[in-house]
Amino acid sequence: MSILDRPSSSGISGGGVSRRQAWGLFWLLVAALVAWLVFAVWPDWLNAILISKKAFVSAILNGITLAGLYFLVASGFTLIFGLMRNVNLAHGSLYLLGAYIGYEVASRTGYWLLGVAAGFIVLAAIGVVMQVVVFRRLEGDDLRQTLVSIGISIVAADLMLAVWAGGTYQIAVPEWLDGAVTLPVITAVRSNGASVFLTYPFYRIAVLAAAIVIGIGLWLMLNKTRVGMMIRAGVDDRAMLSASGVNVHAVFAIVFAVGAGLAGFAGVVGGSALSVAPGEDIRYLLASLVVVIVGGMGSISGAAIGALLIGLAEQLGLVYFPTYGVVLTFIIMVVTLAIRPQGIMGKSR
Amino acid sequence: MTISLQSTPVATQPNWLDKIGAGHILLGIALVLYPLVASDFFLTQIGGYSLIFGMLGLSLMMLAGYGGMVSLAQITVAGIAAYCIAIFGDNNSHLLGFGWPWWIAAPVAILIAAIASSLIGWISVRTEGIYTIMITLAIATATFYFAQQNYAIFNGHSGYAGIRAPAFWGVNSRDPKAFYYLCLGFSVLAYAAILYGSRSTFGLTLQAIRDNPRRMRALGFNVTAHKVFAWFLAGIIGGLGGVLLVWFNGRVSPGTIGVDAAIDVLIIAVIGGLRHPIGPFLGALVVVLMQTFAIDLVGAERFNTLIGLVFLVIVFISPDGILGLWAKFKPNFSQESLRPGR
Amino acid sequence: MKMHRRTLLALALASGLTAPSLALAADDTIKIGLLATFEGPFTVLGEDSERGAMTAVEEVAGTVAGKKIEIVKGSSDASPDSAVRAARKLVEQDGVKVLIGPLSGDEGLAVKDYAKTQPTVTFLNGASAAQDTTFRDPAPNFFRFGTDGAQWMAGLGTYAFKDKGYKNVATVAEDYSFPYTQVFGFMAEFCKAGGHVPSKSWVPIGNKDFSSVIAAIPENVDAIYVALGGADAVNFLTQYQQSGGAAPLIGGSITVDQTVLTAKGKLRDVLVGTPSAGPTADTNDTPSWTKFVEAYKKQPGAFPSPSLFAHAYYINMKAALLGLDKVGGDVSDGGAKLRETLSSLSFETPTGKVSLDKNRNAIADIFLTEVTENEDGTLLNKLIKVVPQVNQTLGIAEADFTALGAVSRDNPSCP
Repeated sequence: MSILDRPSSSGISGGGVSRRQAWGLFWLLVAALVAWLVFAVWPDWLNAILISKKAFVSAILNGITLAGLYFLVASGFTLIFGLMRNVNLAHGSLYLLGAYIGYEVASRTGYWLLGVAAGFIVLAAIGVVMQVVVFRRLEGDDLRQTLVSIGISIVAADLMLAVWAGGTYQIAVPEWLDGAVTLPVITAVRSNGASVFLTYPFYRIAVLAAAIVIGIGLWLMLNKTRVGMMIRAGVDDRAMLSASGVNVHAVFAIVFAVGAGLAGFAGVVGGSALSVAPGEDIRYLLASLVVVIVGGMGSISGAAIGALLIGLAEQLGLVYFPTYGVVLTFIIMVVTLAIRPQGIMGKSR
Repeated sequence: MTISLQSTPVATQPNWLDKIGAGHILLGIALVLYPLVASDFFLTQIGGYSLIFGMLGLSLMMLAGYGGMVSLAQITVAGIAAYCIAIFGDNNSHLLGFGWPWWIAAPVAILIAAIASSLIGWISVRTEGIYTIMITLAIATATFYFAQQNYAIFNGHSGYAGIRAPAFWGVNSRDPKAFYYLCLGFSVLAYAAILYGSRSTFGLTLQAIRDNPRRMRALGFNVTAHKVFAWFLAGIIGGLGGVLLVWFNGRVSPGTIGVDAAIDVLIIAVIGGLRHPIGPFLGALVVVLMQTFAIDLVGAERFNTLIGLVFLVIVFISPDGILGLWAKFKPNFSQESLRPGR
Repeated sequence: MKMHRRTLLALALASGLTAPSLALAADDTIKIGLLATFEGPFTVLGEDSERGAMTAVEEVAGTVAGKKIEIVKGSSDASPDSAVRAARKLVEQDGVKVLIGPLSGDEGLAVKDYAKTQPTVTFLNGASAAQDTTFRDPAPNFFRFGTDGAQWMAGLGTYAFKDKGYKNVATVAEDYSFPYTQVFGFMAEFCKAGGHVPSKSWVPIGNKDFSSVIAAIPENVDAIYVALGGADAVNFLTQYQQSGGAAPLIGGSITVDQTVLTAKGKLRDVLVGTPSAGPTADTNDTPSWTKFVEAYKKQPGAFPSPSLFAHAYYINMKAALLGLDKVGGDVSDGGAKLRETLSSLSFETPTGKVSLDKNRNAIADIFLTEVTENEDGTLLNKLIKVVPQVNQTLGIAEADFTALGAVSRDNPSCP
């Protein structure tokens, strides 16, 4: 069930409904229910239970966009882990640094896209440096790599605090991405019969679209290119990969560059949607941790599923049980671990 | 950080003095006499505090050094014990506070902490080594958030205050000297227990599991049970540290068990060294001294850079922490003497 | 026997830790401890607090009663534990007899508890604004010349109901004691005036995405009362602007503080016109305030206008210096004379007269303000009106006020 899986014929043959078909039916029903919830005008009793349709649909949409952001951060984390067994606990710092760099470049040049590009490129470069200078020296020693990454994150957080102080930065979104769009979703019907449509920030839709495009891009890279093939092979068996004459270190450097670059990219994109401030590094690190633990280490599709689960849980929790909403994501994690320790899409090793 | 298991041939039967070791005796005398030369501040804020965090580091060192499981949840375990003391004993936060005497509250608190530790262990040992650090980090954060949000049990963001160290046998442990000796006594107890336990059958089995779980499983050992039991034992030490910590601070709040504190404990254990139970105490002393006096030397602003760099250097050049550094610059001493299993 | 290493270890430990005896201040200097958040996410606020305190010190040219003032800094990371540790170091190691601080609410409660164990040291609050630091179970040697978070809201509830005509207001605030206190202060007046608060959103600390919270606010409210600080305020305001929020806002004291008003971005659009209340107002044009601002701006890295943290530290440091001056800098009696002097101290501050009640909490003027845009484009809190001499019970008889109960998520309530 990982990125390596080929489309296989259905597992169970024989009569009756296969397990797969049952699941398919289940998900179809869920999709239908969600579609009804989103597009139908809600009866009063439903509004009473779920506060309001506006609140519910917004939470769902916000959950999905947040999932997009989490996916961008977590996909790098999971790739790096899958290939190098390296738990990079400085991954959150990469996110935050990307955000700060994006802010500086965007506010100085006036071009937001330039900021986004800078966030990706600079962080990709930093990722390569980290891999070559730091992690390569500790190859094969998981624990020390992890400890070093903790040390890096402590120093990085403090240095960023020194440079950018504790202030809150908002990366200005360009005009063409700003403003709210009206979605064809009726949230309420006024007494005079006019329908109230849901408005939603256009920027967030763009974030989601970007995450999906990048997700597809990653999938293509992993499945259709030579480098991707090497990475997948490395995830499965690193020793065999190097034995077959591939320059493993080059592959590692590429994966680190892509992973760190994505974190930096997500930093700029996320910093425009929310804001940039100290502490975000820990927040996104924890989000990535939970996402990949739930989704399964080393699996891109797992990261996507995990991100969706966590993003939705976080936003729905915030609206419907704010007191313990934060804990909800961790409950999901613990339950996943108890039932399926390797994560939803993870392979047991 | 794989440590090969050392066989333990004991050639001669040493007398009790040799068994304990002159170093231990000297160190013990120095620690016992320390209150004669130290001010109250140094006694509690440096001495007592280092011993308490040393114990937390020790519980981590035990799991990491002997069991190969690096946990970031030791402060959580300690925090659970601390909250239990606040809830079962007395506090001035107008919530709960059953007023149990300390000699019931403290053991119950430690037991609950140990059970919680076993649960955390049970969840994390289902996966392999490196996962543990992530899972425990997530659990530590979850507990922190829960404590911060829950007012019925944890009293939310404010936590509990007005918790007082008990007076017993005519000694008021709020007195700096008494409190120092209290911390010292329990630290020595924990230290000796670890030192002894590492050579016991269970300790050796645990180290063997760390080195090769598959083989141990094939030999018929219940790997999971051994690991979870190690978590239980670490929970007792962590819980003990938590009880002392809450008596020391007189209060406990979510900030006590936050991510920063969790990482502090890891830093202490790693800086000190994960190979010998004296390491965490050394690490705690170094970190506490740095934390306390950094503001006078470099300014508090860049304290974290300093400690982060020290941590990085230690991890890079000496995986065994300060103990390892010592060994490096004193090559004439055999490194074996500081290894567990001897 | 391999004992050498351990022996050396023991010796090193022993020699490194023979503690220096308590460093006593020389006779011609007075040590004052300054406890604020010089590390962690509140560093910016801590630094501005220091500017405020140093403004007061420089006003007297660093000497009081012929003695030189020595400021010893202590740093916390805004957690109560670290605040107490820093306070203990200042008192027990550095030997300060007067301590100014700490900065945030729960820190204040913790330091107050610590103060009880150090009866010979005089504690003056920094900017910590929790009600119970002085109201319930106070410490006899803990003084607060600044006001608390509920006092800061004086006049705002009435203004929102009567002048602005808001009948239904939703609240959005962080989920801990300081915002509870602020919401309490606002609602105490607003509910009494006849207003309703149908929905209260308590947002967990650290949450950055408020858009779902914003969507869940009932659409039929006249305004939204927001008590969020720093990054959270910036996030909320930005997302509120992005979601096309139409209802006007009412701000808590730190929601529209300079630390938020100076943030960059589009949030400015929704901020202009937001009424708020607090211990300071940027456009206060009394000579004493302008003089204070000028003096404050000489501090390195100063904001265009002092934040309320700088103000609170200034007031408390000023009070300490006035008290020390009156007793001739003599704290050799364990500070008893100093505390007696402070208890009856009443003085003119840049923001009007300040005196203490029997719990040693300030009675002072509170400023009702509205955010406006300056000619140079900066945002300022324009002074609307001064609510004179607000006491801790907000003018309600103490017994009745105590009966309202301690602040919490659900208290008060008027849906």
